[in-house]
Amino acid sequence: MTRYAGNAAALRALVRDQEVHRDVYVSEEVFQLEMEHMFPNSWVYVGHDSQVPNAGDYYGTTIGTQPILLVRHTDGTVKVLHNRCPHKGTRITSETCGNTGKFFRCPYHAWSFKTDGSLLAIPLKKGYENTGFEQSHAATGMAPVRHIRNYRGFVFAKINDGGLDFEEFFGESLSSFDNMIDRSPVGQLKVAGGVLRYMHNCNWKMLVENQTDTCHPMVAHESSAGTVVEVWKKAPPGTKKPMAVEIIAPFMSPYEFFENMGIRIWDNGHGHTGVHHSIHSDYSAIPGYFEKMTAAYGEERAKAILGENRHNTVYFPNIMIKGPIQLLRHFKPIAANKTLVESWTFQLVDAPDMLLERTLMYNRLINAPTSIVGHDDLEMYERAQEGLHSNANEWVNLQRLYSPDEAGQTNVAVNGTSEWPMRHQFRAWTKFMTMGM
Amino acid sequence: MTMVAEAPLKNAVPTDQELIDFVVREARLIDQQRFDEWLDLYADDAFYWMPLEWNQTDPRLTCSLMYEDKLLLSIRVERLKGARTFSQKPKSRCHHVLQTPQVDSRDAAANSYVTWTPMHYVETRLEEQTLYAAWATHHLSVENGKLKIKLKRVDLINCDAAFGNIQLFM
Repeated sequence: MTRYAGNAAALRALVRDQEVHRDVYVSEEVFQLEMEHMFPNSWVYVGHDSQVPNAGDYYGTTIGTQPILLVRHTDGTVKVLHNRCPHKGTRITSETCGNTGKFFRCPYHAWSFKTDGSLLAIPLKKGYENTGFEQSHAATGMAPVRHIRNYRGFVFAKINDGGLDFEEFFGESLSSFDNMIDRSPVGQLKVAGGVLRYMHNCNWKMLVENQTDTCHPMVAHESSAGTVVEVWKKAPPGTKKPMAVEIIAPFMSPYEFFENMGIRIWDNGHGHTGVHHSIHSDYSAIPGYFEKMTAAYGEERAKAILGENRHNTVYFPNIMIKGPIQLLRHFKPIAANKTLVESWTFQLVDAPDMLLERTLMYNRLINAPTSIVGHDDLEMYERAQEGLHSNANEWVNLQRLYSPDEAGQTNVAVNGTSEWPMRHQFRAWTKFMTMGM
Repeated sequence: MTMVAEAPLKNAVPTDQELIDFVVREARLIDQQRFDEWLDLYADDAFYWMPLEWNQTDPRLTCSLMYEDKLLLSIRVERLKGARTFSQKPKSRCHHVLQTPQVDSRDAAANSYVTWTPMHYVETRLEEQTLYAAWATHHLSVENGKLKIKLKRVDLINCDAAFGNIQLFM
């Protein structure tokens, strides 16, 4: 039964000012429409260009559920290609990443393609003479994703021709990327340390929403962060606070801490928590780092860069970055009730190793399938995914600190416990879901 | 009769059989959820390491699934007892099947003994039961007449797969 396909009004009706219908989380049909419309209409994160440093290097990923490749072309530029042979549809690469040399070769019939996707050669080419092959879709090679943008190393792509251009889509929100990158004395990041992959039996939007949900840490994480605080209290006086305690304990900060830290709202579903301070504010200084930053930028600018403590910046639709610890989480949709979470870490080029060490410790203590903090969150998402099937109430409430004049406002900083960011994400969801419909 | 967690060694230098018995006992303590006794098997400066990468050599600048000192391990054990540990309501259970541990190296002068144990580990909660295959490497030493774990390394055969929650200890 289809209720929503081609029916923009029905889709819009799923999102009200202060609540959203459960079908945005549980309906497989809505999920398919997200894959057909919302993701192709949006600028979606593909990967970082440090993952493909040399000509021929490739990295396979997805936009929504569509398989794509990030590849370094022979001319040094990065390309984004649909990872599908134009002949029979075979996925071209066998590994997630590697080097293909000067060309891709399909493992099925040996059709080959330059690293910009164009057709290089077909075996037994004579068999296509006088068949009109030149006019076929297959003759154009591996289809490139036409709209791509490499923003200071971070590569985004948009599949559909319509929609907003890159600057219009992201606007002022790019300042969070700038701050994360500027934390390197040479203004450069590199993917480092490996990627943590965590399978979630829940809808991808639950994860995105949770990035700006500041009313849950002290409740859901009482078991993990609360235990850290309790165990740490028993340490002998004068014991140096371990890095692990510095990382986990702030999750137990009181409501006032999160109210006062503030949330910023930008256009198109983007925004960040931690306008004034955040759970990353009180980390110990890393020896030698500030001196390097001062030498590179001057003291005033170095202080301004490091003084930003943005907690989670959400880039709609499906990534979050943490500038102060150089971490990016990618929420990859698989089905209405299944999401792959990838947590990527970055090294600040020309900065002390201890910064990467802290980033990796944060990643494994918070984002790993073996992380007790991650267990707290996933338990809640999976309970919600089940509970939403109750017919007692078909609506999810997002009303906290709602204001009737909030729609259309942008670049405003509001109370850190507001659910405005989630309402704002759903306004963007409706916009890109029904765009061109 | 209940198994004793920490059996005193008969002599200053452990026999191969005593090393093997120790590794088997450690797994049994986890399966029986005797986590406080289990934690006592670890030296104060011990680490529990579960690599994220195949043949990983660096726990510091390469991410791991777990790389935890005794403080973090004790936090996990405390958390499992918590009244508001929602991801453990109901609790997970687990089951180890070990091959006979092999003594890879013994150096009495350095007080260092290493065993290697292929194993299957099953973790279950609610309707889900998940099987993991792994190799456990134990670095052991003798402290006050008892064996202690200095490092336990668990290499999952599919260490780089996307997992759901892994809640207990392998």
